[in-house]
Formats: sequence, C-alpha cells, structure tokens
Amino acid sequence: MSSHDQTADLSHPDLKPDGALPAATETGHEGGHGAHHGGQHDGHAVAELPHATMRDYVIGFTLSVILTAIPFWLVMAGTFSAAATAAIITVFAIMQIVVHMVFFLHMNAKAEGGWSLSTLVFTIIVVVIMLSGSLWVMSHLHTNMMPQAHELSQVP
Amino acid sequence: MTPHPAPEVGPILGRLSLEAIPLHEPILIATFGMVAVGGVALLALLTKFRLWGYLWNEWFTSVDHKKIGIMYMVLGLVMFLRGFADAIMMRIQQAIAFNGSEGYLNAHHYDQVFTAHGVIMIFFVAMPFVTGLMNYVVPLQIGARDVSFPFLNNFSFWMTTAGAVLVMMSLFIGEFAQTGWLAYPPLSGIAYSPNVGVDYYLWSLQIAGVGTTLSGINLIVTILKLRAPGMGLMKMPIFTWTSLCTNILIVASFPVLTAVLALLSLDRYVGTNFFTNDFGGSAMMYVNLIWIWGHPEVYILILPLFGVFSEVTSTFSGKRLFGYTSMVYATIVIMILSYLVWLHHFFTMGSGASVNSFFGITTMIISIPTGAKLFNWLFTMYRGRIRYELPMMWTVAFMLTFTVGGMTGVLLAVPPADFVLHNSLFLIAHFHNVIIGGVLFGVFAAINFWWPKAFGFKLNSFWGKVSFWFWVPGFWVAFMPLYVMGLMGVTRRMRVFDDPDLQIWFVIAGIGAAMIAAGIGAMLVQFAVSIWKREELVDESGDPWNGRTLEWATSSPPPEYNFAFTPNIHDLDAWYDMKNRHHDRPVTGFRDIHMPRSTGSGVILAGISLVMGFALVWHIWWLAGLSLVSLISYAIYHTFNYDRDFHIPAAHVAEVEEARSRQLDAVRARETQAAGA
Amino acid sequence: MSTTDWGIDVPDAPHTETVEGQPIRFYEVDEHSHPEGYSTMLGFWIYLMSDCLIFAILFATYGVLGGNYAAGPGPRDLFELPLIAVNTAMLLFSSITYGFAMLSMQANRLRATQGWLAVTGLFGLAFLGIELYEFQHLIHIGAGPQRSAFLSSFFTLVGTHGLHVTFGLIWLVTLIVQLNKRGLVPANQRRVACLSMFWHFLDVVWIGVFTVVYLMGMLR
Repeated sequence: MSSHDQTADLSHPDLKPDGALPAATETGHEGGHGAHHGGQHDGHAVAELPHATMRDYVIGFTLSVILTAIPFWLVMAGTFSAAATAAIITVFAIMQIVVHMVFFLHMNAKAEGGWSLSTLVFTIIVVVIMLSGSLWVMSHLHTNMMPQAHELSQVP
Repeated sequence: MTPHPAPEVGPILGRLSLEAIPLHEPILIATFGMVAVGGVALLALLTKFRLWGYLWNEWFTSVDHKKIGIMYMVLGLVMFLRGFADAIMMRIQQAIAFNGSEGYLNAHHYDQVFTAHGVIMIFFVAMPFVTGLMNYVVPLQIGARDVSFPFLNNFSFWMTTAGAVLVMMSLFIGEFAQTGWLAYPPLSGIAYSPNVGVDYYLWSLQIAGVGTTLSGINLIVTILKLRAPGMGLMKMPIFTWTSLCTNILIVASFPVLTAVLALLSLDRYVGTNFFTNDFGGSAMMYVNLIWIWGHPEVYILILPLFGVFSEVTSTFSGKRLFGYTSMVYATIVIMILSYLVWLHHFFTMGSGASVNSFFGITTMIISIPTGAKLFNWLFTMYRGRIRYELPMMWTVAFMLTFTVGGMTGVLLAVPPADFVLHNSLFLIAHFHNVIIGGVLFGVFAAINFWWPKAFGFKLNSFWGKVSFWFWVPGFWVAFMPLYVMGLMGVTRRMRVFDDPDLQIWFVIAGIGAAMIAAGIGAMLVQFAVSIWKREELVDESGDPWNGRTLEWATSSPPPEYNFAFTPNIHDLDAWYDMKNRHHDRPVTGFRDIHMPRSTGSGVILAGISLVMGFALVWHIWWLAGLSLVSLISYAIYHTFNYDRDFHIPAAHVAEVEEARSRQLDAVRARETQAAGA
Repeated sequence: MSTTDWGIDVPDAPHTETVEGQPIRFYEVDEHSHPEGYSTMLGFWIYLMSDCLIFAILFATYGVLGGNYAAGPGPRDLFELPLIAVNTAMLLFSSITYGFAMLSMQANRLRATQGWLAVTGLFGLAFLGIELYEFQHLIHIGAGPQRSAFLSSFFTLVGTHGLHVTFGLIWLVTLIVQLNKRGLVPANQRRVACLSMFWHFLDVVWIGVFTVVYLMGMLR
C-alpha cells in the first residue's frame, strides 16, 4: 500500500495540533514574506502606512524649487548653447525625479519588503527600452525611407 | 475605396439605424436565428428551473477566486466556439474559391471573419483561459484564501466579458473591423474605414484591457503578499512562478496597448494626426507601438502553460521537476527579453540593417531559455515512471508540436529569410503551430489536470482520448500545407486564388480543420459524459493524480475558504513533502475565517461600460456622456461602502472539516479493502 | 482505481518528523488573518507603475512625432514659459500642501487633514485652469490637435496628465466627504495615503512634461 497516503496518519497520537506554535516552524519564514508576521497579530490590525516627517517635505520642497527654477532660468536667459542647456536640464529633471521619489513618495529599499523599489526599477528598465527603442527604430526608418530633397533630385 | 459611405449621425441614435442590421447577409441571418432560438431556450430553461437567483448570488456576484476562475474558463470556451466557427468559414472559402469561383463569402464579410477570428482567439479565448487558470490555481498553490483584491477580481472578469459581448454584438448590429487583428493604420484610420467596424474593435479591446490589467495587478500582489509562511520565492510552485512573470508582463505591456489604441481612437474621433498619411503622422509608429505590447503578449499567453506542463510532467513522471532553479531563471530571462524583440514583427518596415540585426539576434537569443525548458521537461521524464493520462498526453503532444513551431520561429528571426516569408502563409503556420501547440494544448492539459480539483470528479478518458487523437493529427494536417504554400509565396488573408495548383493544399488544410472540429466535438461530449456519469468518475481524496503542490492538499472542490488552517511550507513540493512526512491534518481548534463579501458592483460597472462602448461605437453622444457620468458616480458610490467582509463562524468551519474527515476515512477504508482483496 | 499507488518517488527530503526535538508543523494552528488593507499600498503602487507606461508611450510618441510640424507652428511660436512656470509652481505648492495633509493625518487631526486636502485641491484647480486657458488659446489661434502630428502628440501628452489631475480632484473631493462621514478610520487613512502617491506621481510626470515638452521645445 502507498507509503504516503494522506489519510494514513489522521490518528497519529503525537501530532495533534494543539499547544503553542514552536519556534522551530518560524525558521520557515523567508524571502519576501517578512511582513506576514510583522508584529500585527490581532484581527483588527492595520497595515503599515509609510511614515512621513516635516523634515522630508521641507527638504523635498526646497530642492524641488531649486531644481525647477534653474532649468527655467537657463532656458529663458539663454546663457548656454541649446545642446548644453538641453543636457543640463535633463540632468536637473532626473535629479528632481529622484528628489520627489525619495522625499514625497518615501521610496526606499525597505518599503513593502523591497517590492516597491524592485517594481520601480523594472518599470524604469521597460520605459528606457520603449523610449530609446522607439526613437532608435523610427529615426532609422526616417533616414532610410524618407529621402531628403537633394536625394530626391538625384533619382533618375 | 469603401463599400458603404459613412452614414449620417442623428441626434438620438447616432449612426445607428435599421440599415445596421445585416439583412442582406443570409449567413448572418441564419446565425442570428440559431443564436436567438438557442438563447431564448437557455433563458427559458434558466427561468423554468429558477436558476437566476442561484446564478446571480453564487456566481455572478461572487468574489471567490475559484468561481471567477471557472467563469473565465466558460467565457473562453464559448468564445472559442465562435472563433473556431470563423476559422472553419475561412477554410471552406479558401478551399473552394478557385477557377473563377468567388467562394461563398463576399470580400466585406470575409475580411471581417479573419479579423474577428484573430481578435477573438487572442483576446477572448487565450486570455480568459490563461487568466482563468491562474485565478483558480494560484491562490490554492500558495496556500491563500483568496486573491488580494477579491472585488477587483470580479470586476476584471466582467470587464473582459463586456468586451467579448461588444464583439459579439458587432455580428448582428453593424459590422466588425475588416483590417486584420491588429488594425494597422492607415487602413484602420477614418479615411479608409469610416464605418463602425474599427470602433467596435477599439472599444471592445479597451474595455477588456481594463479588466486584464487590473487582474494582472491583483495576481502579482497576491503572489507577492499572500504566500503561506515558509514559502520563499524559490519554494514557489513553478506554475505560480510562471504566473507571476506573466502578470508582470501583463501589467507592463497592456498599458501600451491601451495607449496606442487610445491614440488611434483620437485619430478616428477627434481628427488628430498620429497615424495618418498627412500632417506629419506616421503609420509605422502605430506598428512599432502595438508590437511593443504584442510581443510580450505572446509570452503572456505561453508562460503560464509552460508552468502547466512543468507541473504535469513532474506529477505524471512521479519525480521532482528537473532543474527547478534553471526553470525559474529561464522564465525570468524570457520575461525581460520579450521586451527586446518586438521589431521582428516588421523587419520589412525598412529601418535598415543595424536595427534588423539587433532584433534578429535578440530573437534568436530568446529561443535559448525556451529550449532549456524543453530539456528540463525531458530530463524530468527521464527514468520516471510515466503515467500516460490525458494531461501527460497533451504535454507530450505539446513538446513535439511546439518544438517544430519554435524552430520555424527561429527561421523567421533571420531578417533575410523574413523578407521572403513575411506576410505569407508560412507565418500563419508558424504562429498557429506555437499558439495551438503551446497555448491550446496546454489549456487542454490543464483542464484535464485540474478539473477533478474544481468539480470533484475526473473527466472521462475515452472521449478525452478521442478528442486528443482528432486534435493532434488534425492540427498537423491543417497547418503543414500552410508551411508549404508559404514557402511557395502564397500570402495571408487572400479570399480568392488564380493558381489552380494551390487548391489541393487548401483542401488538405480544410480536411485538417474538419478533424479539429471533430476533436472539439469529442471534447464537448467528454464534458457532457463526465458530468452525466460523475458518480463513476468521482474523486473524494482531493488528490487524484498523486499531486505535489498545495492545491491537492484540500478537498475537491475546495471549501470557499480553501484551507481551514494556512499550511506551513518546508519544501518546494509542499504537498508531496507533507504526504511523505506523514503530515497531520488538524481536526480541532478551528477559528472564525475572515472572508470578502460578494457584491454586484462589478456586474453593474461592467454593464455601464458596455453601454458606453456601444454608444461610442455608434456616436450616440448623449448616451456615451450619460454612461460616463453614471460610471464615475457608481464607482464613487461603491467607495462609500466600507462593509466589505464577513466571518465564517468557527462552528461552520468545524462542520465542513468534519465532513471532510469522514470523506477521507471512507477513502482510506476503501483503499485498505482494495489492497487486501 | 487508486492512483496513489505509484510509489516510485525516491523520498527527496529526510524522513524526519521533528526539527530540534519539536514536531514539524504543517499548518498554522495559531494564525491570524492578514491585517485589513495588507496589500493595498503595494497594489496601488503597481497600478501607478502601469500608468507610468501609458505616459512612457505618450512621451515616445511625442519624441518621434514632436518634430513633425506639417508646415504649421512649432514650440517656439506657441509656448509661453512664464505661464508654464506659474503652472509648475501651482503643482509644486500642491505637493507640499498634500504633504501637510499627510502630516496632519499622522497627528490624527481630522479638520487639519481636510483643510490641507482642500488647499491642495485649490492648487490643483488653479493648475487645471491655467492648462485649460493655454489649450483654449492654442485652439483659438488655429494650433489645435488636428493641425499637425506635433500638436496631436503635444495635446495628448499634456492633456492626459491634465485628465489625471482631474480624476485626482474628483477623488480628493470624494475623500474629503468620506473623512467627514467616518473620520480617520484605517480605511480612510489608506485612501489618503494612496491619493498621496497618485498626486506625487503626477508631479513626477509633470517634471518630464515641462522638461521635455516645454523647455526642450523652446531650445529647438
């Protein structure tokens, strides 16, 4: 007869599930499941919300104002060449996005067991692929399939 | 250019008038007659047996992931019959339209048929099947009581259904798109498709797409947050792993479809110039964008079935899955790489050698992890004692069929070869080879595998085998001629042919389609016979195949709460481990179980969306505006309901579990008796 | 027929029933259900990520088609940076005021929370008003979304952001009413936190919009 019939041990005397949970089973908890037993053990527990501080918001706001004002000023004043300005404001935009992520969206490596950050990184990868891929593909298409006026004139 | 001029837009009914009913199409009238008679008969039966209340309370408004999963499967099956009817119509048309014959379908009708076939099979057959399987199995496999957002799950299902209903409405009111399943502009633009067909296409996919995206988010969060204690990522069942990757792909690609269809809608409704020929629009941008969604989509379809095959192979070989870790990494690699290959769908666009080489090479690379998976399955079978039950038979058929389909795919990945084969029947044969051989065979394996879990009795194996032996050879007979003709240069979507030499190939393909029809018939008979003789096929153990993962640890069908006590996981094959180490099923100490409450909001919101979609298709602006306002108002009203859950009392749980204990005792007694005899 | 009789498995786990002298537990007998709203924040975050991809596609479209003026007006002819600067300021102010709403909520001050949410809503409304004025002006001078692929993609990208702000405002008003009815119960706290993510996410998208569309447009 089967050695692992699930019904075989229903009457096993040693394994009645009464009594407290031994510490040994807690070793089973791992990998992305930390929040499951995160100390909130009564039925009316509330899920953790991110904790914000006044300091975060003030720093974030100040940095945002600076990082917004400088690009606007650079473009309106026209101090540098177009290419240089474009490069600088791109850097400022990226910095400001990071500032918003950290100080307003409270993004860190620990939120939701790290899943918030992992999903963000994955999204950034996909966004970069979509944006750069589309621009690359379509610019090559344009170069190959939309001959410029001087090329048209050479068509026999 | 167009068969009919665009009709005028009235203030009350928009473009809708009696002319929209296709009275001049005898085929449609006959179909409508059959649907009407069948539908009225069904409604009458439901009323006679007083099933409306039961259906509404127990199914339509249910937030139970198991019932929603089953409803997805039913939706997929119904739409599969519609999609297959389209396929048979095409096969007959192409088999007879030679020597000056026009066949029996006019161009307007034929173009709708091939468009509807593609749209239905991908969006309303394959997607519901895949989503249904994941919905049913994943929470059970991870030891959860439901998904993370049960109401959202119900809503997602009804949005998908609303999309399907809108497609079906186009059959009898107006027309469907005549553009091919991806509706490339400028053909799908307002200039060349001024009628409602493309609008039906757009709004049905937008409505269904909302459901798909939300269900993807739901299942990701479920897998990340609700796994039983001890189930680390590398102890997740492989089907759960592939489901996780699939849902990540869904969430990270369906928004692309939503956006690109919205842009096409703006071109059609507002007069913008994204994909038009004039004013700086670029039709190729649409093709580029829609394939950024389209290629991940094919992996959305196949990955969960890779999971099914893994579970089936390991269960029916009686061995742990070979190379679990490599299987997981192969799945993740496929998930990432599927974003880097989209251009191979339009090598001939003309973006040049460097772009084409890049995408050709990435396409060839993505076949490597897929190949690794195949070897893993073979090594799992190696030296196993294989039981050739139906799920395993479908799996073996998949391995043989899919390998050929995969190889022709690699062939097409070579840009110079693609320039020859692009848009030919070779391509058609290739993707049917992988989608039928992979997705459908996988769904059939899964249905035969998990049916006993869902209903408590197995499927009849005689009719299952009849179906199998019609389906698999039928597939080869139907699609091999298409490979041959594709190599000869025959293009897709043709209605009539000049070269009489081709006819024999189309006739052979038609015979194959007839065999598949017999296979589908046998499958329906299989379901009917199994339900009829369910007493003989009953499985009370809850574990009919000597399974390895947690879904087999509970009764069949599982109680609404799945597990009275959440399992504790110590091993990858958790249930096998529990059996092996003589686990003890707790029979006392039950507690109240916290469960979500059923709600009709999903049906209502999806119903309003359907009305809005219909109004937008027909330019009935007042109705569209009214439904938008009611949609938002009802959604807000729904958020004012804070009372969304209840507790199953411990006494009731104890009762159910006691019945289960008696059932298990009876099973055990019978087995002891059988062993003694 | 019993199918449990295929005992060909080599036991792949050691055949012990104890760990460190304690019996192995296969079930959580002393379990507690997950706290209410256990998955909500992660779920909403993943929704935002999917929304992010919609914007990515609109940005890609703008990137590819944004130079196709079809002999019509270009960014330099149309955009007024001072107006955009004011608009950006509105959104930035609404960010910090939403932050104050979050802080009031943490301090369990219902009226203050509602008040700051209302202030946020006013800034959002001002933003929308300025945007609508800009759109109306452009359409009035013949630079509507139908004029060229550049204008189609401009109106769609900026308009989609505006549409999101509109839905954010509807949500905000709903939330203020719900706070009135039920106070700062956990469900409402979660909703305030979700809307906070939504609102700040729209800020992040706007950084992309003003940089790529307006500032870079003026450099062309």
